[in-house]
Amino acid sequence: MKTALSVKHLVGIKDLTLSDIELIFATADNFKSVINRPIKKVPSLRDVTIANIFFENSTRTRISFELAERRLSADVLNFSASASSVKKGETLIDTVKNILAMKVDMVVMRHSSAGACKFLADNIDAVVVNAGDGTHEHPTQALLDAFSIRENLGNVKGKKVAIVGDIMHSRVALSNILCLQKLGAEVMVSGPPTLIPKYISALGVKVEYDLMKALQWCDVANMLRIQLERQDIKYFPSTREYSMQYGLNKQRLDSLKKKILIMHPGPINRGVEITSDVADSDQSIILDQVENGVAIRMAVLYLLAAKTQE
Amino acid sequence: MKRKVLLSQKQLELTLDRLCHQLIENHDNFKDTVIIGLQPRGIYLARRMQKKLSALLKGVKIAYGEIDPTFYRDDFRTKGHPISPSSMNMDNVTVENKNVILVDDVLFSGRTIRAGLDALLDFGRPKKVELLVLIDRRFSRHLPIQPDYVGKRVDTIVSQNVKTDLKEAGDKSDGVWLTESEK
Repeated sequence: MKTALSVKHLVGIKDLTLSDIELIFATADNFKSVINRPIKKVPSLRDVTIANIFFENSTRTRISFELAERRLSADVLNFSASASSVKKGETLIDTVKNILAMKVDMVVMRHSSAGACKFLADNIDAVVVNAGDGTHEHPTQALLDAFSIRENLGNVKGKKVAIVGDIMHSRVALSNILCLQKLGAEVMVSGPPTLIPKYISALGVKVEYDLMKALQWCDVANMLRIQLERQDIKYFPSTREYSMQYGLNKQRLDSLKKKILIMHPGPINRGVEITSDVADSDQSIILDQVENGVAIRMAVLYLLAAKTQE
Repeated sequence: MKRKVLLSQKQLELTLDRLCHQLIENHDNFKDTVIIGLQPRGIYLARRMQKKLSALLKGVKIAYGEIDPTFYRDDFRTKGHPISPSSMNMDNVTVENKNVILVDDVLFSGRTIRAGLDALLDFGRPKKVELLVLIDRRFSRHLPIQPDYVGKRVDTIVSQNVKTDLKEAGDKSDGVWLTESEK
């Protein structure tokens, strides 16, 4: 098996090969055993400094990256735009170059503009890891989702995965589609027609506007959050109507003849895209996803850290 | 590629038998002793020795674990590519206050053992740690690390490689070889 990634940065799943993804998974298996030990820490990255630069709010991703970094013994620098000179008008490149001048080796960035990470990767020397850029990609989320499916169903290849909800504004959806397809899964998107991009079928995914049909088809349902903060116009009459049409509840789940896995990238709007009894049911692997997130991010940082000396 | 036999299959078997007897001399009935194999190759030797010891001691259970030093190495970023990790297996074993015997195939610079020791200490504080290696490439150490039990000592130069073939690891037959690196 390969021992190095084909990319220097993790900007998107789009740039990864199948063997890159398999290498990340194999490495994450080992890190998962590390984080389940009494001493959850290894000294691999003790000479690496990582800056977490978040221009957008985040709970899970930021904590998960920070834990992953600390468990690899890296030095961690946290930066959030709301409490910084960005408010005074400093540009992205200037901000990051100033941080790098203080000898930082890797940058984990979340930004509200699609392509911000690519822009950064092209213009700076440090290794860049995308923690979500606008409505474009969120690669580590897709990797941990696929890793969780692999863990629960044994394999991703040949599995049917339905991604339900706000596909239009979701970077999780795009990264998931690309990642699952590279691993050989079939992908369907479902949601109100207003929230499904017009040309999405060009990516080779099925489109189904009827939630029940999508649920009957799939082995795994990934329920996305309705991203009200990104919706500049009204895409559906009310959240109540949305949840009546596209919300996953116990009744819908029990009417299926099979047991499907339920995933959600968080944060959950309980009662909108998913009801509490489903989110907390034994079919839900939402908290497995969160646990695997740390292992996946450790693997990504570990493998990319080797690129800091190239 | 030139290959020279360091240990044939039969010699390897005899050497392991001798090492087992040496261990019994020092560890009696293995009540407070744990054998830890170092990934990737040491684990196969350690597994064999565990079986042999169990047979020699008439079925006494020998505590056994496997440790992967990869994440503890100091050179993973200088080699130009990350080193692929292997699995750890320390679920059914405690090293706290035990006599630990670290087992590896070839001792060269000592850096793997240094990393292995760090990994081991993350699982507890052993009373004593000893090192058993099948091949000791002496006079080539980068660190002050010496083995307590040695299968065979060899004098080599840096451009040579020592390769341990073991059936369990997917090799055709057992044996230890000295080869010249192709450069």
